[in-house]
Amino acid sequence: MHPLGYLSGSGAQTASVVPLMWFMLIVSILVCVIITGLVLWAVLTKRTAVGHRSLRKIALEHSEGVNWIWIGLAISIVPLLVSVFWTVAVLAKTGTVPPAPLTIDITAKRWWWDAQYRDGVTGGEFRVANEIHIPVGRPVLLHLRSADVIHSFWVPKLAGKTDVIPGQVNAMWLEADAPGRYRGQCGEFCGAQHAHMAFFVIADPPQQFAAWERQQMLPASTPASAEATAGLAFFNQRCGRCHSVRGTPAHGSFGPDLTHLMSRETIAAGMLQNNPASLSGWVENAQTVKPGALMPNQQISGPDLTVLRAYLETLR
Amino acid sequence: MSPPSAASVAGTHAGDARPDVRRTPEIGRSTPELRERLQRIWETKPGLYGWLATVDHKEIGIRYIVTAFVMLVIGGIEALIMRVQLASPEQTLLSPQQYNMLFSTHGVTMIFLYTSPILSGFSNYLWPLLFGSRDMAFPRLNALSYWIYLAAGIFMYAGVFVGAGPNDGWFNYVPYAQFRYDPGLNIDFYSLGMIFLGVSTSVGAANFIVTLLRMRAPGMSINRLPIIIWGTATASFANLLIVPAVSLAFFLLWLDRQFHTQFFQVPGGGQPLLWQHLFWMFGHPWVYAIVLPAMGMVSDGLPVFCRRPLVGYAPVALATVATMLLGFGVWVHHMFATGLPGLSLAFFSAASILIAVPSAISVFSWIATIWLGRPVITAAFLFFSSTIVLFVIGGVSGFMTASVPADWELTDTYFVVAHLHYVLLGINVFPVMGATHFWFPKITGRMMDERLGRWSFWTTFIGFNVAFLPMHLTGLWGMPRRVYTYPVDMGLGPINMVSTVGSFLLAIGFLLFFINVIRSRTRGAVAGDNPWDAYTLEWSTSSPPPPYNFAVIPTVASRHMLWEDQLGEPDERSNLEEGFILDHGKEALATTALDAEPQRILHMPEDTIIPLLLAAGMLVLFSGMLVRNLPIAGVGALICAADLIAWFWPRASLLERGPAHG
Amino acid sequence: MAEVALTKASPLPVGPVRDHGIGRGGMFALIASEAALFGYLLFSYYYTGASAPAPWVLEAHPALKLALPNTFILLLSSVAIWFAERATRREERAKALIGCGIALVLGTIFVVVQMFEWKAKTYGLGKSSYASLYYITTGFHMAHVVVGLAVLLMLFVWTWLGYFTPTRRIVFTNGSYYWHFVDAVWLVVFATYYITPYLGFAT
Repeated sequence: MHPLGYLSGSGAQTASVVPLMWFMLIVSILVCVIITGLVLWAVLTKRTAVGHRSLRKIALEHSEGVNWIWIGLAISIVPLLVSVFWTVAVLAKTGTVPPAPLTIDITAKRWWWDAQYRDGVTGGEFRVANEIHIPVGRPVLLHLRSADVIHSFWVPKLAGKTDVIPGQVNAMWLEADAPGRYRGQCGEFCGAQHAHMAFFVIADPPQQFAAWERQQMLPASTPASAEATAGLAFFNQRCGRCHSVRGTPAHGSFGPDLTHLMSRETIAAGMLQNNPASLSGWVENAQTVKPGALMPNQQISGPDLTVLRAYLETLR
Repeated sequence: MSPPSAASVAGTHAGDARPDVRRTPEIGRSTPELRERLQRIWETKPGLYGWLATVDHKEIGIRYIVTAFVMLVIGGIEALIMRVQLASPEQTLLSPQQYNMLFSTHGVTMIFLYTSPILSGFSNYLWPLLFGSRDMAFPRLNALSYWIYLAAGIFMYAGVFVGAGPNDGWFNYVPYAQFRYDPGLNIDFYSLGMIFLGVSTSVGAANFIVTLLRMRAPGMSINRLPIIIWGTATASFANLLIVPAVSLAFFLLWLDRQFHTQFFQVPGGGQPLLWQHLFWMFGHPWVYAIVLPAMGMVSDGLPVFCRRPLVGYAPVALATVATMLLGFGVWVHHMFATGLPGLSLAFFSAASILIAVPSAISVFSWIATIWLGRPVITAAFLFFSSTIVLFVIGGVSGFMTASVPADWELTDTYFVVAHLHYVLLGINVFPVMGATHFWFPKITGRMMDERLGRWSFWTTFIGFNVAFLPMHLTGLWGMPRRVYTYPVDMGLGPINMVSTVGSFLLAIGFLLFFINVIRSRTRGAVAGDNPWDAYTLEWSTSSPPPPYNFAVIPTVASRHMLWEDQLGEPDERSNLEEGFILDHGKEALATTALDAEPQRILHMPEDTIIPLLLAAGMLVLFSGMLVRNLPIAGVGALICAADLIAWFWPRASLLERGPAHG
Repeated sequence: MAEVALTKASPLPVGPVRDHGIGRGGMFALIASEAALFGYLLFSYYYTGASAPAPWVLEAHPALKLALPNTFILLLSSVAIWFAERATRREERAKALIGCGIALVLGTIFVVVQMFEWKAKTYGLGKSSYASLYYITTGFHMAHVVVGLAVLLMLFVWTWLGYFTPTRRIVFTNGSYYWHFVDAVWLVVFATYYITPYLGFAT
């Protein structure tokens, strides 16, 4: 219903934070109701007149009343102090990185997310864009870097935001309790398409995650059909300076890695479904879809677009 | 040259006894002849020159208020356009660039060109009247602070008009604000405009501080000051110390952008977070500076309509100061997500939660004042009492974001948008609307329409809550801030539509309010000196007050000068009938800082065009800097230098130099 | 029937007398604001230096052979203006003019020497964050000195015109406060940029 909502969560981090947030929310609502009630009661029961022409003499028998301030304050301090202590406790808990995490290097760029996985054992590595798979029930340590301006990595149902700041590496950890496709969103204004800088964290059961990793580790297969081969040639010539596909000469790092493009459900940082129509539209006229994006309109002729699409379809 | 005389060596001068150096002020009563004489001495000369050259704090205050209200309307229109764009998902009414400029300019306009100047305007108008004084300490500086405000506002909006308004949000984070990512003039207009505006804030703050310490009527000790004085004074002490932080930040940014310095540029070893620290070290105390004076308005106005003194004057006064002092120590709560060490986060989080304590003092004081009084429902009372409810709603959402783990979810979502609007409208705009109803009779001599006032109140109150209460939920449902649109499948469409409808209702409420203000100037019922039977000194003057405020300087004996007979206290009563006359020219009385005993007779400056010319020179200077044209900037600097020399040139009329030697 | 308070009428000074007057508060407010400005400049230095990887300061041992004597020159100029201000109290115009003039000359020497120092540096304004902060901090200070020189010049002119008497001289006193402030700021700037590297900060 609300993919970015955080009144409930599915992660180890949110498990600590959500109860604290609900406590503060309920206290807050209660305070508002009580105060509004007090003001309404005071006004409705104590009012003497309406309109300035009926200003009465001042209340001569005015009582001091200052003690009510201290009573109100004493009552208010209790939830405040509880919040302070609970906050510090949650901070300590969420700040400690659990042992043996999977480490992923995230680089935030205008207006998409690059994720680099390294296999500690084999030394192999691969890059994906915007769709970050993690294993369920295992802690994941994220190293956050920015290639340009300040962004913020935020997947609400799993953890709170951590800003991504150029010149420093911020680290955060998260862990999914249940399998699922969790939406993320950049949480710091970063320019024209900040609104469309989404991403997904997909929590897979361990075997499924291992299988996904193995698949991603493979280079792109050589295209079989003539059409796709023509498309590959076109791709290397036109797209290779910004995009990379392992197993081909294309190794541009400005834009997303496309080696397993078709394994993603969305493109353009969560903006479009990854289907043939959207993909063509995006490749041809990125500026119409996402004005200001750093992918220029391509002006590709019809035949070229057909072969290119045929090639992209093979990047599973 | 003659050798020093014994008298001058001893530190006194034979001339000390001369009546132009030392004099016992005459004591007397107000007579028609005295009033006529003072009128001629103090009135602004008619015509264009008088209008441009006036140093009368009342005229300056009114200008501030009018200009700030115009800015409020402009900022409001910007908001309405944004709300239309956001009413449904994936709308294309505005391009992302247009939207980003709108939300940024809306923030800048409201926070810098409305919330502070409106309070400066009311404070400027009221302070000398509240103090029983003839004017502020530095009337020419007062005029300067207004002219700079106007010029800086025009300067920044010139950028908006040429399509180069601020576009990186009002807090303007680097690196996005750097030239590399934002190459137009947008951020240059904003940076230089803010430095320019900062001068107005600083000189205004200095004026308020010295006026507070020196210009009170005899007997007005600090425990007899209206709470608006406490609020504005606290804000002014803060402003004096914090404005240089933001001015410096903007100046360093401008240098990075235009001269390739490396203050914030990562490749050169610069620190993006330095911007955030400098900005928020200013920005957090600033948000208290823009609400504490308004809280003072409520603390001074609500008791009048509850027909009793404020409950807990001393706690409220001290809580005002405590809030600001604590406010200097919480700025990091705007940076909780930036990757700071846990210990620092814990400290700032605890401080940010506990700062609710002094704020709560005012809230309970107001409730107790209503409860233990006999409230009279007027439009002003409605605005003042609704502040309590809106303040608390804004306060609790602040309390929630003060907790670091919660903030990591809440920050940069619409939850914060809800919070900031509840505190800004709740503790600035609503009190200001109440203050307008309350002091309009004093300023104009006419009453605002009560019925229209109540209609405008309910429309504004309901519209505001329909617009912004749902935003708490919008934020909890994950809608980020500063987005020009949002996807269809986020479940955020209907709730955004509700907010948009509410915002238009709010706009109608403001419209009714301004109609009331404009119509009542000519068609309102004639107000007497004290239509509300209020208790502070301004209500003892005519409505509007004469240019000299008080024909005789009052002697103050309590906090409720006009209610003393009814309250039956204190033993010695305030004296508004007989006091110092001070009519040997344009004169005012200076008193001691703590106990307000008479200390000095001041000669006050006449109307002069020098402040306006200085603001104009600064406008030329900043324009030259904006377009990087050295000759233009140079001319501007020369105008400023010449003007300052003329301003400070010792004048015999102000007793800054000795009499001409024979 | 309660009594009505009435302020006693006693002799009061009219306008600024000797070094008391309302203008003094204005000068103190200005000084507070400008002091805050330098506070934030120094904060920027310490924050950036502590955050950047060492070495950050471009000169681990900044050359003191110009800066140290220059500091003394500025201190002497403060003494000179103090002397002049004392002379103004007794309407000793010649002494006041001499003191003021010496302060002017010494202040000008300070500016000239500092410009030589700048020229001798091997790095420019945009070289690094350290360089930018060095030039802008010493530059802001120099700008305040230049304004101070203008103030001293006007004090000189007004003294020469015979404006100040032992009673009416607050303008001179206020102006001298500004000059002392500029001097005090230099001591802190000097300690930060020239001494802390020797103590190992960010080297």
